[in-house]
Amino acid sequence: MEGEDEGPGTMIEDIVSNGVDDKRSKPIFSSEQMDVEAYASLYSGRTKITRLLFIADRCGNQSMQLEALRMAYEEIKKGENSQLFREVVQKIDGRLGPAYGMDQAWVDNVDRRAEQRKEKLENELNSYRTNLIKESIRMGYNDFGDFYYAHGVLGDAFKNYVRTRDYCTTSKHIIQMCLNAILVSIEMGQFTHVTSYVSKAEPTPEALDPVTVAKLRCAAGLAHLEGKKYKHAARKFLETGPELGNNYTEVIAPQDVATYGGLCALASFDRTELKNKVIDNLNFRNFLELVPEIRELINDFYSSRYASCLEYLENLKANLLLDIHLYDHVETLYNQIRHKALIQYTHPFVSVDLHMMASAFKTSVAGLEKELEALITDNQIQARIDSHNKILYARHADQRNATFQRVLQTGSEFDRDVKAMLLRANLLKHECNARAAARKCL
Amino acid sequence: MESIEALVAHIQVLSSSVDDISHLHNLLKQAEESLQSQASRLAPFLEQLDPSKHSLGYLYILEAYTSAPIQTEQASELTVSIANFINSCLAEQIRLAPDKFTSVCKRFKDQVLLLQAPIQGVGPLRTAVRKLQPSSEQLTALHPDFLQLCLLAKCYKTGLCVLEEDIFEVDQPKDFFLYCYYGGMICIGQKLFRKARELLLNVVTAPMSTTNAIAVEAYKKYILVSLIHNGQYSTTSFPKYTSSVAQRNLKNFSQPYVDLANSYSTGKIVELESCFETNREKFESDNNLGLVKQVVSSLYKRNIQRLTQTYLTLSLQDIANTVQLSTPKEAEMHVLQMIQDGEKFATINQKDGMVIFHEDPEQYKTCEIIEQIDLSMQRMIALSKKLNTVDEFISCDPIYLAKAGRERPRFDFDDFDAVPQKFNM
Repeated sequence: MEGEDEGPGTMIEDIVSNGVDDKRSKPIFSSEQMDVEAYASLYSGRTKITRLLFIADRCGNQSMQLEALRMAYEEIKKGENSQLFREVVQKIDGRLGPAYGMDQAWVDNVDRRAEQRKEKLENELNSYRTNLIKESIRMGYNDFGDFYYAHGVLGDAFKNYVRTRDYCTTSKHIIQMCLNAILVSIEMGQFTHVTSYVSKAEPTPEALDPVTVAKLRCAAGLAHLEGKKYKHAARKFLETGPELGNNYTEVIAPQDVATYGGLCALASFDRTELKNKVIDNLNFRNFLELVPEIRELINDFYSSRYASCLEYLENLKANLLLDIHLYDHVETLYNQIRHKALIQYTHPFVSVDLHMMASAFKTSVAGLEKELEALITDNQIQARIDSHNKILYARHADQRNATFQRVLQTGSEFDRDVKAMLLRANLLKHECNARAAARKCL
Repeated sequence: MESIEALVAHIQVLSSSVDDISHLHNLLKQAEESLQSQASRLAPFLEQLDPSKHSLGYLYILEAYTSAPIQTEQASELTVSIANFINSCLAEQIRLAPDKFTSVCKRFKDQVLLLQAPIQGVGPLRTAVRKLQPSSEQLTALHPDFLQLCLLAKCYKTGLCVLEEDIFEVDQPKDFFLYCYYGGMICIGQKLFRKARELLLNVVTAPMSTTNAIAVEAYKKYILVSLIHNGQYSTTSFPKYTSSVAQRNLKNFSQPYVDLANSYSTGKIVELESCFETNREKFESDNNLGLVKQVVSSLYKRNIQRLTQTYLTLSLQDIANTVQLSTPKEAEMHVLQMIQDGEKFATINQKDGMVIFHEDPEQYKTCEIIEQIDLSMQRMIALSKKLNTVDEFISCDPIYLAKAGRERPRFDFDDFDAVPQKFNM
């Protein structure tokens, strides 16, 4: 691994080796392929199916795809969603043998049962409505919502859940309604609703038990993540209590809380915040135990062992791209983390030898120079590159000179603007006089 | 109605003291018609008069004489005689009849242009401008003519000395527009882009009720000069005080320039060049081709400037690659030019092919810089005083008071009384 760069291979100092030392035991890399079964067992309900289908679409690997589709098929069979069933069968395309083909009998059965249940629910709801019993109407709408959700008609499910709002009497009901609405919105991908319902549920403290609080925080964190507000997302995930446990598996697994929270924090927090809120955070430590790679990479970043940190990130990347919430943010987050690492590396030094830095980050000097150039132009690093000797010199702006320059410039601008203004005033005066004269002539 | 001879006699007699001059002035005004009718006969009378003493009378007769069409043989000697007159006339007498003087000078300019020797007119018109101005802050109708002759004769430096005075009083908006436009062109010729930009901006933002062609042309040049000087031009925003007429219409007339500005802001030479090629004929027809070529070369400079922000030393090869020049030699040429122009402080090491960039060595510690700052401060103080006097003057202006009185907020019964418009004492 170290032989591929052109840095002096013999000079292994502490900074260069950066923790990737052969003498230590190899850290836990999950660079081998994701175990689909283990991954799917973390979730339940509809999200399990969606995630499996996502993996099947995205992974390049035939065996993994078939595995995911097989598990999806079995999961769907346990439920009542005939639409999804048809989709999965189409995707499988007969590749898994006759046991995983189109089971028309099952589909018809499910549809017929659905019809019956729907009729029953409608009748019940109508009778409740004529009787005007609030609680029963609420439960009726709730049942309708559940029904539609089970059959995959998410829009109607959402509408029905929202309708229960008018009939909620206790804060427990409100919480239930909000949680349902949040669940459906996450499935639908409409995260603005998620944020609004989280904020509706939060101001009722007496009914909130720690599990619900944790659930709401996760939902809020997901919403922020989708909205690319990584700092807020990180804060929400970090505040999630360990009581979440396995109670929210229909949305998110505790491993995900660790992963999302850890990566967002790394990309957006500064050093003090990282230490206080992540490394010293006892609650969050429970989550980090579940995903030891994230824990290791955060520690490496904090102790400036950049090469190993970036290596962990690379290994995790393939699996993270298969996650339905994180996949389109992976690139951005990784870039931000890498930039932060570069900035943090150069921060304490007056001059840095680019060769050593390149071997610390395991890139070539030319590539490193390009990256640093971009950061300097962006004003994130105050330094200049001596391209001849390949050294980076820190440069601190001279306040005194800058002040003088600004003063002289402001003076000349004032000069110019006031003169122009006086001229314009003069022109206007003549215009007024001309018009007044014209009016007098009339 | 007096005969010309009598008039000439009057002139010779009455040109000595101030009272006599005003009496003479009245006589001349009454005699104007007769002078006009006998225009062609007036040449010999001119020789009887001495321009340095009898300036007013000479002026009237000269004006009448030149109002008639002139034959080409007489044109050159006429220009000589007018030039003599201008150089020797008395400023106080001239200022009594400014419009006559202006029309004489304008005809002089026409003659000079007909003879295709604009340089002959530059000197006399400069003296004319000086004599006509009641103060150095006043714009006269002759300023634009003078600048036009300077441009045609390519005597930019003489034009500059007039431009350096600040103008605050303007009589005719059209004169002002032309003055700023020609002034801008002269500054461009001398590569004083900052001043050119100021002058052109004055045209673009001047109060106008309708769009005029001068403003359109000035706007086109303004875009180009902004690009060369600042490296950027924001095509979307005019300053707040631009008239709405200008804001709406100017961009429509200068679309190729706006496109050029947009492709400049991408920073890529290739895009700029392609935009240049597509609009080449339009630039040529506007006589702006040279300026546009300067814009293109300034993009290289801008890119090299950006490099100096990030690098302490850089090889010429790298500069050439980043800025998309073809050879390191060209890069060296550009950097050398920038060093000579004082835009960048650097050292070229030809042995290694490296350029070392330095910081601005100005430490703001020398006596000269202190003097400069002191002068600037005094200028500011003078300007502020001027601003205050203008403000006071407007506050006492009856038209302003009437309008402000009408539109003031009314909090009290007393406020509903009319603002006193006149004080009858």
